[in-house]
Amino acid sequence: MNHPAPEHLKKTERGEPVTLLEAVSEGLFEEMVRDDSVFLMGEDIGVYGGAFKVTRGFLDYFGDLRVIDTPIAEGGFTGAAAGAAHMGLRPVVEMQFMDFISPAYDVLTNYIATSLYRGAGPMPIVVRGPVGGGNRGGPFHSQNVEMAFFHTPGFKIVYPSTAYDAKGLIKAAIRDDNPVIFEEHKALYRAPTLREVLPDEDYVVELGKARTVRKGSDLSVVTYGAMVHKSVEAAEKLEQEDGLGAEIIDLRTLLPLDEDAIVESLKRTGRVLIVHEDTRTGGIAGEIAIRLNERAFEWLDAPILRVTAIDSPVPYAGSLEDYFLPQVEDIVTAGRYLAAY
Amino acid sequence: MGSAAPSVWRMTNSLIAGLDQTQLLALYHSLVLTRAAEERLEILQKQGYVTGGVYRSLGQEAGAAGAAFALNRQTNGTGDFLAPTVRAAGALFLFGGELVDFFRQYMGRVTGPTRGKEANVHWVDLQKGIIGPVSPLGTMVEIMAGITLSFKVRGESRVGMVFYGDGASSTGAWHEGLNFSAVQRCPLILMVEANQWAFSTATNKNTRVHSFTEKAAGYGIGSESVDGTDIVAVFKAVSRAAARARSGGGTQMVELRYYRRLGHAQHDSQDYVDPDELAMWEDRDPIDLFEHRILEENWATESVLHKIRRRAEEECRLAAEQAVQEPVPDGREAVKGIYTDTIIQHPWTRADGPNRSHSNELNR
Repeated sequence: MNHPAPEHLKKTERGEPVTLLEAVSEGLFEEMVRDDSVFLMGEDIGVYGGAFKVTRGFLDYFGDLRVIDTPIAEGGFTGAAAGAAHMGLRPVVEMQFMDFISPAYDVLTNYIATSLYRGAGPMPIVVRGPVGGGNRGGPFHSQNVEMAFFHTPGFKIVYPSTAYDAKGLIKAAIRDDNPVIFEEHKALYRAPTLREVLPDEDYVVELGKARTVRKGSDLSVVTYGAMVHKSVEAAEKLEQEDGLGAEIIDLRTLLPLDEDAIVESLKRTGRVLIVHEDTRTGGIAGEIAIRLNERAFEWLDAPILRVTAIDSPVPYAGSLEDYFLPQVEDIVTAGRYLAAY
Repeated sequence: MGSAAPSVWRMTNSLIAGLDQTQLLALYHSLVLTRAAEERLEILQKQGYVTGGVYRSLGQEAGAAGAAFALNRQTNGTGDFLAPTVRAAGALFLFGGELVDFFRQYMGRVTGPTRGKEANVHWVDLQKGIIGPVSPLGTMVEIMAGITLSFKVRGESRVGMVFYGDGASSTGAWHEGLNFSAVQRCPLILMVEANQWAFSTATNKNTRVHSFTEKAAGYGIGSESVDGTDIVAVFKAVSRAAARARSGGGTQMVELRYYRRLGHAQHDSQDYVDPDELAMWEDRDPIDLFEHRILEENWATESVLHKIRRRAEEECRLAAEQAVQEPVPDGREAVKGIYTDTIIQHPWTRADGPNRSHSNELNR
């Protein structure tokens, strides 16, 4: 613990830009330095530094009591995280790919999400890992898992789209006393366009608050994760080619949902398009639509629409995956349809 | 729990399994208290006070009491940890779980530790070292692996104990939790209640092994099997396991061999049970066996035992009487306590109209 921090985790200190992945690493590292009750568990996170190298250098710095390479047993180590959380520790569990969170579904939903309600105390646990498609990962290395947990009361669900948010949100998630599912999109991890210089200070991004990415008065695009960037591309095209102003709301936290931010945007534009990379049926678009129906029906000048992935497993071949995923053109098409409605 | 030895008792200072007479009679009290509490529950259920299932541990009382008695039980957050099952209420009582809370839980009283949100022995008290179970019992091995991991990480001389039935031994969670615990050398003792039934499923439909200790070998952990009707034998076996776990020996397993003499719960007709087999196990009742031994070895007189039984029954009667008089929670409490900092909305049909003007759920 006395040796200096690894050089690759000091980019912000040196004023250099970081990727979203490096932002997560810095956030984890800083929280572990700040609070020695924070510790990590997961597969290949220690010696190897994680499949995506998010925890590279952590084992040497913090030792094997705080960076624990686990057996391949997501249920086992997530359950152990719950036990440790009972005892005042703050575990951060990595799913090597979030697709593999399903073996931990029992302990997450039956034990961890219910703990506070059962009077068994808070569960300050973060379960984080890579999600999302576009990397030709096939059915088991590409999924988005938010809606598997969205329906279980007790969780918070976070899904950053920028390096700044990723660092501020992972730090807020670790400090939160509720269990947090934290999704990191693989396509954003090392995206050069997302590199940015972060403030060299201890900042957090409050959970449950959306961000207005772009102002506009013709329609609202409510989205999150990798789709934020596709929506921005689409909005630029709509502006250039159609003269339309699309406002973009990045949810950042899916649960609790920043309903006020969505309603306020709707009141400015009268039209709402929801864009998510997750599959269509049971996606968050349905929940947002009913909430707008409850709270702001009179403000709508057009039906609420959605652009999502198709209801299939994530296919492997590039041609199939590109068809499966929402594309910029889909958002443009939907935006035009809404604006003309 | 109060001291079990009446003042009229004449001490002989003999030690059995490291237990003095006061402790032996405390064990006896634990056995009869468990039985009296569960019999009281049946009455409360018939009277309509207990709405959920009633789970009896008839024939298994010695396994719970003997095991818990071997651990370091404290009420200030420094002792060992217990994760009981619904058939290990005696262990819960020995760890300081209050009888009145037991009845409150079964009756969904707002005064209970979970304020009516959970049932029976499903409650947590970190000061006393009680981690109540959730219904998928294999999961509790994972949880207790993490509890005991914290002991290891902090260098504390504490152990954990987790109970589960032979059915839970078939779950993936059991395997994952045990394997994690074994690899990390967590000071955890697995107590398998080998009562020969998982609801109506016989042990030979759950496993090919003859003894659950055979499974321990597959994980590289220590184990022993013990007659679960013999409370002294259980105490001795668990004392050894706890000593191994506490001294760096890692995860341990103790199999309790006995029989679930009543159904899975009160609704279970037990028509799948061979009456002859049941009769055989009735002859090996753990309370009868212990009474017989106490009297034979001259550790106490029948009148002393009688007083302990009467006291246990009276404790149960008073605790149940108190819990019966207490209220159930207001239904509106159902929206509380889901998050530490986030409010959940009431159904609008029971509040102030459609959610049109509601602020969102993130009212902090």
